Amino acid sequence: MSLLPALVVLPVAGGVIAWLADRLHVGTGVRMRSISWFVSVVVLVLETVLLVVESLRPALQAGGWRDHFFLPWIAQMGIAVRLDMDGLSLSLIWLSLLLCLACVMFSTRQVTVSAGVFHFLFLSTLTGIIGTFLATDLFLFFFFWELMLVPMFVLIAQWGHEDRQRAAMKFFIFTQGSGLLMLLSILGLVIIHYRQTGVLTFDYFALATTGLSPLGSMLLMLGFFVAFAVKLPVVPVHVWLPDAHTQAPTTASVVLAGILLKTGGYGMIRFDIMLFPDAASRFAPVAMGLGIAGILYGAWLSCEQDDIKRLIAYSSVSHMGFVLLGLFSGSWTGMQGAIIQMLAHGLSTGALFLIAGSIQDRVHSRDMRMIGGLWAAMPRLSGAGVFFAVASLGMPGLGNFAGEFLVLLATWRVSPAMAVMAAAGLVLAAVYSLRLVNRVFLAPTRPGAQPVTDFPARQMALLGGIMVAVIVLGLYPRPFMTFAVPSALSMTAAASGERRAP
Amino acid sequence: MAALLPLVVVWPLAATVIVFLSAGRIKGRSAGILATGAVGLSAMTGGVLAAGFMSGAVTYPLHVTLWEWMRVPGFSATIAFALDPVSLVMIAVVTIVGFLIHLYAIGYMAADPGSARFFGCMTLFVAAMLVLVLASDLLCLFIGWEGVGLCSYLLIGFWYDSPANTAAARKAFYITRIGDVAMLCGLLMMATATASLQIDGLLFAVTAGQLSPAVMTGSALLLLTGALAKSAQIPFQSWLPDAMAGPTPTSALIHAATMVTAGVYLLARLHGLFAAAAPAMAIMAAIGMLTLLVAACTALVQSDLKRILAWSTISQLGYMYLALGVGAWQAALFHLVTHACFKALLFLCAGAIIARVDHEQDIFRMGGLRRFMPGVTAAFVIGAGALAALPLVTAGFYSKEMILSAVWRGQPVLTPDFILSGHLLWGGALFGALLTALYIFRCVFLVFYGQEKTVPTGRTRWVMAVPLGCLAFLSVFVGCVEMPGDIAPVHLFTRFVDPAGMAFHPHEPVWLLLAGAITPVAGAGIAWIVWGRSGPVTRTIPETGGGTDDLLPVMPLRFVVRITRYDLPDRLAAAAGWMTRATSRMMMRARRAALHLAAERTAMVGREGTVVLVRMQNGRVRWYAGWIVAGLGAALAWAMLS
Amino acid sequence: MTAFPFNAALLLAALLFSIGLAGVLVRRNLVFMLMSLDIMLNAAGLVFVAAGARWQDASGQVMFLMILALAASETAVGLAIILCLHAHGRPSLDADTGNLLRG
Repeated sequence: MSLLPALVVLPVAGGVIAWLADRLHVGTGVRMRSISWFVSVVVLVLETVLLVVESLRPALQAGGWRDHFFLPWIAQMGIAVRLDMDGLSLSLIWLSLLLCLACVMFSTRQVTVSAGVFHFLFLSTLTGIIGTFLATDLFLFFFFWELMLVPMFVLIAQWGHEDRQRAAMKFFIFTQGSGLLMLLSILGLVIIHYRQTGVLTFDYFALATTGLSPLGSMLLMLGFFVAFAVKLPVVPVHVWLPDAHTQAPTTASVVLAGILLKTGGYGMIRFDIMLFPDAASRFAPVAMGLGIAGILYGAWLSCEQDDIKRLIAYSSVSHMGFVLLGLFSGSWTGMQGAIIQMLAHGLSTGALFLIAGSIQDRVHSRDMRMIGGLWAAMPRLSGAGVFFAVASLGMPGLGNFAGEFLVLLATWRVSPAMAVMAAAGLVLAAVYSLRLVNRVFLAPTRPGAQPVTDFPARQMALLGGIMVAVIVLGLYPRPFMTFAVPSALSMTAAASGERRAP
Repeated sequence: MAALLPLVVVWPLAATVIVFLSAGRIKGRSAGILATGAVGLSAMTGGVLAAGFMSGAVTYPLHVTLWEWMRVPGFSATIAFALDPVSLVMIAVVTIVGFLIHLYAIGYMAADPGSARFFGCMTLFVAAMLVLVLASDLLCLFIGWEGVGLCSYLLIGFWYDSPANTAAARKAFYITRIGDVAMLCGLLMMATATASLQIDGLLFAVTAGQLSPAVMTGSALLLLTGALAKSAQIPFQSWLPDAMAGPTPTSALIHAATMVTAGVYLLARLHGLFAAAAPAMAIMAAIGMLTLLVAACTALVQSDLKRILAWSTISQLGYMYLALGVGAWQAALFHLVTHACFKALLFLCAGAIIARVDHEQDIFRMGGLRRFMPGVTAAFVIGAGALAALPLVTAGFYSKEMILSAVWRGQPVLTPDFILSGHLLWGGALFGALLTALYIFRCVFLVFYGQEKTVPTGRTRWVMAVPLGCLAFLSVFVGCVEMPGDIAPVHLFTRFVDPAGMAFHPHEPVWLLLAGAITPVAGAGIAWIVWGRSGPVTRTIPETGGGTDDLLPVMPLRFVVRITRYDLPDRLAAAAGWMTRATSRMMMRARRAALHLAAERTAMVGREGTVVLVRMQNGRVRWYAGWIVAGLGAALAWAMLS
Repeated sequence: MTAFPFNAALLLAALLFSIGLAGVLVRRNLVFMLMSLDIMLNAAGLVFVAAGARWQDASGQVMFLMILALAASETAVGLAIILCLHAHGRPSLDADTGNLLRG
């Protein structure tokens, strides 16, 4: 009995319960106001338990797929509910859960305006995310991909900051538009497969065997690529990201930066590079160029921001440039580096957004010129902030460096010039990170600053956990490098010692 | 025995973790004691290891592989430590000097509210430095390399209330980061070529000729860039004087004794690689020469006590790079050791002085201090003597003499056609020694002799006095382990670090030694004539803030000083920063404009389209029926015709 | 049985349909529009009956019966709406005045 469907459905079911509980208990006391919050905590804890059970199960095959679930859905069209889990999905789901727990502990309790709906949307986003990481039926994947988008849109548009409607609309249009391109690609692939074999199916593993003409595979690959590039984001289509991150409520910012961007990277690995290896390798120079453009452009713009969340958002663009660079470097090294970078970025940037959100809750400003030095007033928050800023500048020994180094190593083998340009991004990373540190944390206290409360021990413990995870990822990434890699395309092919990514 | 090796790093790291986890519950003094104790334990562990070495209980190099860091096809890296004589020397320097400085800092930082943070960063620095020193894998070394940079940043900007301090901290980090990125590129180049960054493996690959000359020269140059940035050599020199914004113990430990010498240590570790990359060696020697002269000239015209010492550090590091450039890495390492002792001593003395004269740093506003603080005066004079390399009685003399004699014999080959002359370099280095004596005794005479201008208050506490005494002792006697062949055949140091090394002490003209001995004395004498005899003109405070105008006795140097004062890298950095910001702003604007345009267009198309669509939806049933008919007709016609 | 003029029946049906369509499009009066709709329905019915006769199949006549029922109910509902509107004080039977979806 596979637990995968439970893993997917539990959050949204819990979300419905949270909503209903909130509806039933409106206005009956202070404790009841956070009933939906309690429900969310319970749901996430249950989900964690499920995931622990799932992680401890023996894998279906050594080093390959860990779990599998199949249920026919629309048999006439060859659409099925097919879920498969490998190490990559599992580690990304762990990342998602960890960040969602952090969100719940840090910020969602502050939501007072229709908290039930908020938690429902939050949890259904989680369902969409987990489904995206698990689905191996292309139609189902598309379904979850869109499911993740709509609640997030509402979260931004309803609970965001001053300019939320515009930001939400931008986010929606970009992701939706690119999603349609992906749908076209999916349909194209299915139809080509149908013409060749006479079997109408959306099954990932079946479609992977489709023979394609060079032009056809390139077009289909580009359709997928655009959708994932918008999510990742890659430079020309990153426009939605700074606005969405800045205007979103803290929870949505964390989920966006920490997890949603990773779905882009995940999709690129599973549905771009592994489905269309030839087209991907032909497209690689362009993609790597875009990656370098992202690294430099993101870091460059990040240096000039006054809005703390915007600064972090642009730094995400820069970090995700490394992911793109690694994925398309054409070697296993680069892919491992990109995965490590995704995990590390999820943790460090997610934590930075949490801290930025907490600052906004306390100081009521995101403008770094207005915040001033916080160390004197909030040493714990500032200490954590300095730590994660340092992680994001690529300090060796912390997670981001391990990822960046592997990516650079893979890039150097392809083209030293590209690696040098990407490495130059590290200098800019130092510039924006230290600007952040010296304007927000280690800076003179602003005159007339209101007294604020520091993080309580409970939240600090959670942040400490994230710090430990970042350090472990930085100093001992080997388990993740062997574990969190995509499994082979075929369900039967056992993982052989030296696998080469296409 | 092998288990002791990681402990050396673990002690200070544990102290850091405890101090930061306590989140301010451990107050300044106890944090200081904890930190000092941890570094002391580290020193003792190092001592046990050294004893094991001496007694032959362990054979070196002692390798400890902790765990495998990463492994990918064609590359693997480990977190691994190795102990050999070179790293043992460095451990001794880092932990013993570090211990004394921590002890001093307990007194120095006693009144500071943030001293727990200070000690946390200091011990973290010691831990990172020890990782750097012990690592047997270059990537593992890089952890320490960047870690010390981070601690340097945190400590320079320790008093963050002044934006100038944090700006100096950022400048230091940015400039060293540029070097670090160059070094990272060098590492990538070597990793691609050899599939590993194990130092032993790399050096073996070099000697076995497995690397192409292009890779060797390229990676050597890139590593050299990283080392130069870390050691504040030309063209990266401008961050170190600004780094004096940090607390004085920081300046002593990080920006004099240890971190800035990390580059020297790295190059000494990799001397096999550099020996195979002749152009890199020649460039190293040339840069060392240039830096030691320029920095000495600049130190001569500074009026800020700590800045003088900072420039003098740059100059002394120039000596080390010169020695490395002519292949005498043992001499460079020896000078590193003695320099760590006497420069730490000088900084700590400076700190003691500054603390007692109400945080005045301008030497022209001090004077006659020897009557108020004889102990500190004695310590400072000992340090100054060692820095100037006064013959026989100071440690600096022996190490500098070793460098000079090596330079005399050296023949750095830039290209086969262009060979730097060792004799010329020797002349420059000797002139540098004259300048060194001149600037440091100028300092001594201005600060401790003549009229008193500021009356010191308070007294130097014993926790500060004891380290001064210990370091003064070291500055005098640590040189006795290695002496020129003409004085006494004592070669303990070279034997220790390089037992298999070539005969390093061929006979050379005695007048070389004499010249090297007389020059510092002459420099000190000139300083006495110019500044010591209470010449009222030279003792007054120069009008222009920079203090250029008391350069009258050394007119020809003006030009050089002009050049240094122009501070090209600083300008370049500022210009680059300005351009970054300007481009960034321009990009933002362009981006906004483009988006605005796109949005406008979309909206316009939407509006126009709306008008048409609104006309169609007029709510009249007959119109709708008409549309249906038209559509039906069109569909039928299309079906019929196609 | 004489040859059944199927084409003539189709022609007649097309003619009837066109008349009905023209009526719907041109006339403004709701009652006339209803009548025109009925004519169009009957044209369709005629085609069904003719086709049934042509292929000797009873389903054509069955379909015509269904159309008949449909037409009757449609007319009934339509007239009821018109009466209802009239009862609410609507003065005119002009279809174009009812384009605001408001009484």
